[in-house]
Amino acid sequence: MKITEKEVRYVAGLANLTLTEDEIPAMAHDMDEILVYMEKLGEVDTKGVEPMAQVLFEADETATLRDDVERPDRRFTSAIATAHAPQAGQGYFKVPKVIERA
Amino acid sequence: MKISSLTISQIQAGLAAKEYSAVELAQQALDFAAAENPKTNAYLRFSPERALAAARAVDEKLARGEAAGSLAGVPIAVKDVIVTQGIHTTCASKLLEEYIPPYDATAITRLEREGAVILGKANCDEFAMGSSNENSAFGPVRNPVALDRVPGGSSGGSAAVVAQGTAVVSLGSDTGGSIRQPASFCGIVGVTPTYGRVSRYGLVAFASSLDHIGPFARNVEDSATVLKAMAGHDDCDATSAAAPVPDYHALLDGNVKGMRVGLPKEYFAGLDSESGTLILQAAEQLKKLGCEIVDISLPTTEQAIACYYVICTAEASSNLARYDGVRYTKRSPNSGTLSDMYCNTRGEGFGRECKRRIMLGTYVLSHGYYESYYLQAQKVRALIARDFTRAFTEVDAIVGPVSPFPAFKLGEKTADPLQMYLSDIYTITGSLAGIPCLSVPCGNTSEGLPVGLQILTKHFDETTMFRLAHAYERSRA
Repeated sequence: MKITEKEVRYVAGLANLTLTEDEIPAMAHDMDEILVYMEKLGEVDTKGVEPMAQVLFEADETATLRDDVERPDRRFTSAIATAHAPQAGQGYFKVPKVIERA
Repeated sequence: MKISSLTISQIQAGLAAKEYSAVELAQQALDFAAAENPKTNAYLRFSPERALAAARAVDEKLARGEAAGSLAGVPIAVKDVIVTQGIHTTCASKLLEEYIPPYDATAITRLEREGAVILGKANCDEFAMGSSNENSAFGPVRNPVALDRVPGGSSGGSAAVVAQGTAVVSLGSDTGGSIRQPASFCGIVGVTPTYGRVSRYGLVAFASSLDHIGPFARNVEDSATVLKAMAGHDDCDATSAAAPVPDYHALLDGNVKGMRVGLPKEYFAGLDSESGTLILQAAEQLKKLGCEIVDISLPTTEQAIACYYVICTAEASSNLARYDGVRYTKRSPNSGTLSDMYCNTRGEGFGRECKRRIMLGTYVLSHGYYESYYLQAQKVRALIARDFTRAFTEVDAIVGPVSPFPAFKLGEKTADPLQMYLSDIYTITGSLAGIPCLSVPCGNTSEGLPVGLQILTKHFDETTMFRLAHAYERSRA
């Protein structure tokens, strides 16, 4: 067994994800099965192998970087950026209170 | 004109001969798609205003005697994970049900510049996570070839519209097989180009080191035309490649004599016997065309599923962190504190598969597990890529199956997520290596279900992939 229901609750907390009481046992079951399968990775001898984080091609290090100048055709105003916010005002995103008064 | 079987070259001829205008074609295509869509649920939304405006622009150019582009008047559907300015882009998720993007993906801008007419947005698995299109928050898609079966996933809607005839071509996205597998299930062509060939700007991120945009079409030629129109460097995507884009279409000469084609022995383990027979028949056919068939080995295939599902869930858990109820998603009404707002918005908004992947990704990245899962997976990924590099010193292309079995029935595999993951075995190796791969139809099973032949080539060698697929397709016609 790779993961318990208690650990599922802990990981859900790390992920900022509410799981209902009904969801927890099924999640533990599925994750356990998948994590056991993933042990296959240990079968491979990777001594001396560099990890591959990205598909890389031969090119100068800065080949794909553009000049750091303003692009008027891609200017996002705060009005556009906040247009889909569930709550916005004065060009800002609004969220529930973060800091309580002491 | 038979709207359901049109090809790009037929449209070009039809417009040139003034058999119909681009506006007439667009209106007919929209009407036909709206009438047929309830059978499959392949479109989530139509965009008639934008389609007709694009078609009018094509007609005006043609009237002035100007070139109207390589996709002039071509009706196209776009997977709903690719953003379209002013048109809802939901990622088939409840969380983004109301989201109307303020910009276009680069692929969209480029296709419209070539005269493409966007009919609407295609259904898919939520945030492109799935292999059957059963994870859409807006209902599954049915396979137009057999309505009780899945169209494959995650780009199931994009494959279904082309097979059903409700679009001429379409765009999908592929992270571990999400274009090739639905193409094979629906009996059409689906292309995953080299990683970096098509800009990901405006493709909603699932696993950034693996995500690709690619085309679906009813033949190889059309798929090459669409890829050519959208490929090439884009300064809005730092991972997009500067490599020049050849005119694929002009290079399709049908001559593949002397081409060395590898058949990996690992791709026949666990393969359904009818599919296996069809793949071997396809290899025989390539031999008749003058190809040399070479037995090869890709030894790290066995660990590819584990490798892929560690990397893609890790990247997904990071990418999906942005759906927190602050910027563009629905916010949970049960949110007294900031933390409650994050957790409840995500808990109420994401579907089961997304939650599973966020949880797995968070787990494999967490303290104490990072090295044995994520880091080890990245090393195994390097070995999988090396398998291909080695193979391509011996052969020009690799062929094999796309899926271990043809389209399955709706609901048949939903109870067991691991079994669903295992079905991606033949497609994820190419995705992990970032090489170009496609699926081209190679026959039907005794039940009449389509089977796809996968063709893989080395980085940026889409030309060889298209040439081989085109010669094979022509030899079967």
